[in-house]
Amino acid sequence: MSQFEVGNLKAWYGEKQVLMDVSVTLPSQGVTAIIGPSGCGKSTFIRCLNRMHELVVGARMEGRIVLGSEDIMSPEVDPVLLRRRGGMVFQRPNPFPTMSIRQNVLSGLTLTGRLNRSTADEVLEKALGDAALWDEVKDRLDTPGGGLSGGQQQRLCIARCLAVEPDVLLMDEPCSALDPIATARIEELIAQLRERLTVVIVTHNMQQAARVSDRTAFFLMGELVELSETTVLFTQPTDQRTEDYITGRFG
Amino acid sequence: MANEHTSSEYQAELNDLRERLLLMAGRVEEMIRLSVRAVVESDSKLAEDTILLDRQVNRDELEIDDLCLVLLARRQPMGTDLRFITRSMKMVTDLERIGDLAVNICERAKDLAALEQLRPYVRIPRMATKVQEMVHETFEAFIYADSQRARIAIDMDDEVDELYHQVIRTVLEVAGGNKEVYPQTVHVQGVAKLLERIGDHATNVAEQVIFMVDGTDIRHEGKLH
Repeated sequence: MSQFEVGNLKAWYGEKQVLMDVSVTLPSQGVTAIIGPSGCGKSTFIRCLNRMHELVVGARMEGRIVLGSEDIMSPEVDPVLLRRRGGMVFQRPNPFPTMSIRQNVLSGLTLTGRLNRSTADEVLEKALGDAALWDEVKDRLDTPGGGLSGGQQQRLCIARCLAVEPDVLLMDEPCSALDPIATARIEELIAQLRERLTVVIVTHNMQQAARVSDRTAFFLMGELVELSETTVLFTQPTDQRTEDYITGRFG
Repeated sequence: MANEHTSSEYQAELNDLRERLLLMAGRVEEMIRLSVRAVVESDSKLAEDTILLDRQVNRDELEIDDLCLVLLARRQPMGTDLRFITRSMKMVTDLERIGDLAVNICERAKDLAALEQLRPYVRIPRMATKVQEMVHETFEAFIYADSQRARIAIDMDDEVDELYHQVIRTVLEVAGGNKEVYPQTVHVQGVAKLLERIGDHATNVAEQVIFMVDGTDIRHEGKLH
């Protein structure tokens, strides 16, 4: 089970509070999209989910986040191990540029000392296969990851996340630097991963949220305004602020 | 749709769609009025002139459909805009059909004008007034985003149906087995049927207005199982 239970989550950058008091349940499996204007706290929220927020100097968070049965805010939780359960994909593809494709995919296992040489090839092929990249790179696994196209690099980053067999995939604007075809490939991938992973995707692109997600959350000024089934949120939102935002009537 | 759009161009396109729909509705309302007047006054010329108005209604349908398609493709509407645009595409079909039915009434008017009038028309103008009220009320509901008024329009359809049955009873009574007057009675019954169908299309439009305003689909209520 990899459901997120978030209770009274607050987050700050220095003195500035960016998440007010967010309580929400993100069910296991399926895709939850998070939308909202710049500065609404959506990226901060997703970064709290694997405690990346606290990596920023001066940033802090409080509240309760339970992933499955694990209280991830507990001081006993090792954030590095936590991030293995919930990998993150960023706006700009960030493969390790000098590492080969193979090394990139296996880096999570290598860096945590869990790489089993006898199964490495199998893990590599599975992760790249699941990221819909295997056929395109199988003949050049030892060339640098930085030599791939933007869309391929993003799928390489997804493969890198998948190699450590996470429960959760957190995606922060994963397609904003990609062309429509590369975007379609990532979206197709999300559709395949939703069966076995809890996917949370932050996107500025409402049409993308409408296309890929089961549920959509709308954030505004650090507050969660509405979380609904995606089909409902984009056709009959409950809150007037959501309506104004999705129809482009936002001031 | 209380607030203005951030994109003024998009807002202008939505306003344009709204105005075109209202103009089209105004035209079909007028066609109903004139077609029934042509019947009541046995005025073939008026019937001919009214038939010509349908060309503009047909053009309206094509232009509104085009505009909706462009809005869907270019703006990828959401929320109330999505409901408004998709419902407009459906409403326009009903409005165009109402125009066609008014044309059919005009054709009946021409046939009736060539025959001896049996008695003054009472219920036909009453039906027409009711149907016009339905169309009018529906579009007021549309303008003011007032689903209550759309429901009032829908309720009027029962009165239209009742008037239709009254016309049929009267027609049978007047004919009374006299084959000589069958052509007139058939045409009068035909006009009443056409008005009754206009009422049904107005009901469809009112249902679309309710969906647009409240997001509630009341079509086929209680009739799906």
